[in-house]
Amino acid sequence: MKNYIVKRLLWMIPILIGISFFAFVLINLSPSDPAEVAIRVNEITPTAENIAQMREQLGLDDPFMTRYLTWLSNALQGDFGNSYANNKPVGEEIAKALPPTLYLAGVSLLIIVVVSVGAGVLCAVKEDSITDKTMRAIVFVGTAIPGFWAGILLMWLFAVKLKWLPTSGMTTPVAVLLPAVTLSLGYIATYVRLIRNNMIHNKRENYVLYGRVRGLKEQTIMKHVFKNSLQTSLTALGMSIPKLIAGTVVIENIFAWPGIGRLCVTAIFNRDFPMIQAYVLIMAVLFVFCNLLVDLGSVWIDPRRRKEA
Amino acid sequence: MAGFWKRFRNDNLAMGVSLFLLMVITLAILAPLLAPYDPTAQNIIDKFQGPSLTHWFGTDQLGRDVFSRILFGGRVTILVSVLTMVVTIVIGTVLGVMAGYFRGTVDDVIMRICDIMLSFPSEVLILAIVGILGTGITNIVLATVIAKWAWYVRMIRSIVIQFMDSNYIRFAKVAGCSTGHIVRKHLLVGAIGEIAVLATLDTAAIILNISALSFLGLGVQPPTAEWGMMLNEAKNVMTTNPGQMLAPGMAIFLVVAAFNFLGDSIQEALNPKINRGFKTKRYSLLDSLFGRKKVVTE
Repeated sequence: MKNYIVKRLLWMIPILIGISFFAFVLINLSPSDPAEVAIRVNEITPTAENIAQMREQLGLDDPFMTRYLTWLSNALQGDFGNSYANNKPVGEEIAKALPPTLYLAGVSLLIIVVVSVGAGVLCAVKEDSITDKTMRAIVFVGTAIPGFWAGILLMWLFAVKLKWLPTSGMTTPVAVLLPAVTLSLGYIATYVRLIRNNMIHNKRENYVLYGRVRGLKEQTIMKHVFKNSLQTSLTALGMSIPKLIAGTVVIENIFAWPGIGRLCVTAIFNRDFPMIQAYVLIMAVLFVFCNLLVDLGSVWIDPRRRKEA
Repeated sequence: MAGFWKRFRNDNLAMGVSLFLLMVITLAILAPLLAPYDPTAQNIIDKFQGPSLTHWFGTDQLGRDVFSRILFGGRVTILVSVLTMVVTIVIGTVLGVMAGYFRGTVDDVIMRICDIMLSFPSEVLILAIVGILGTGITNIVLATVIAKWAWYVRMIRSIVIQFMDSNYIRFAKVAGCSTGHIVRKHLLVGAIGEIAVLATLDTAAIILNISALSFLGLGVQPPTAEWGMMLNEAKNVMTTNPGQMLAPGMAIFLVVAAFNFLGDSIQEALNPKINRGFKTKRYSLLDSLFGRKKVVTE
């Protein structure tokens, strides 16, 4: 177990270096000159003179590795440079936008867990009943419906037609409901399916037969089946968390949610390179750490692997 | 393979879905011939008309014919997605077969590169690349290919490795067949079914992805018709004309559902063993709608 953790943690070093390098190189692969973009977005006509000045200001004339190391050491201190669009520090902008995104993703996660565990277990226990079949039809719709379409349909129904909830923004405490439900739809479909199929698979195992022979209560047996079915779902859920946070991009834009997804899309329109770079770096690091937690968690949860590792 | 076609043909739903997709793709290709109106021709006097004989799906906020826009939009959405899928699957197959066939150093190098690519969530990678290259449909295709190829390589490599262990490939090797011959005549023929399943299911995901990006305004630029972008325009007039959201959303939903379905059916026709336990029972529609293949009965 210890060896495995140490090895897994050491593996993080090359991955993190690789990611930071990639996020840095990406901007340098851009077909347009960052200095020119930085001038253009402020609606100043670029001339040879002010481009040279901007290059100097952005440090673009330094050797590649020097620029990378400067950028990295600044980034580690939370300084991602200034936005090309409004000249505000990117780090601050992101720090402001991160809590709403995490809040939205957190509420979605809660909805996903509660609904998919509930529905998944119900479907598996009442396998092939009307409930199961109806649920599976709903789930099927959930996997094929585009999230943004579901989003605007829900918005129309609950905000425009029924006026129960606000259309957009983070004005009232209930405002999070519509975006969170929209965000969770696709995931719920996946997890209901996963939990249901895992449980049905487990129900056909020998230990269940043995439990029945022993005369255990159906409820007790189901509890064991449920526990044994959770592992793959937990792994998948861990992997979904960064995807959930990244997936807020579309939802935040529909519901005008003031998070980093919206920040990122605005940055793309403005060709605001430092902002895009910071977004990519932060999301990738988040993704890598979530993977780490999932890997360690799945070893810890499974006694067989705990011994092995 | 013969058994596969027989099972596939006997699956009514699979045939229905295939026909539907064939029809949709034909409509998309023939859009310029079939569309009753120019998809970008504005006629502001006739805006927001309901469905009628002259305008089957009504008209939008600029008085453009929605039916024509759906046809032309399908051209962009479906054809671009299929193209993206073909490019990724070709890259994935070439590198995946190389890694799985030769193993050793080739495998290590390819797989380490894949590991790095896969440590970025693909959504973020796509946004990053579109951010660098700028908005537009070409850039979105490029970004999707760059973000997805590594995943395909990994999947196809694992399929190939599975086949490399089979006796007939070993026999071909012992019999002295050339690498090219084994790959073409044995490996690819064997793996093609599973690759097709991957490709079909992923086309659905790519359609969702590309239309989402267009919805955000990062993909197709107006006035070109595209389903995701049509929904974006519909969103702006949602309070007054909610009906505008129906046609493009339904179009995406049906095509995505059909591709998901087709993927499941191909998989089932390939591996009938998986649900042998159900052979005697005729599926209900809902059964076939979802999850048949996942029900494991040993």
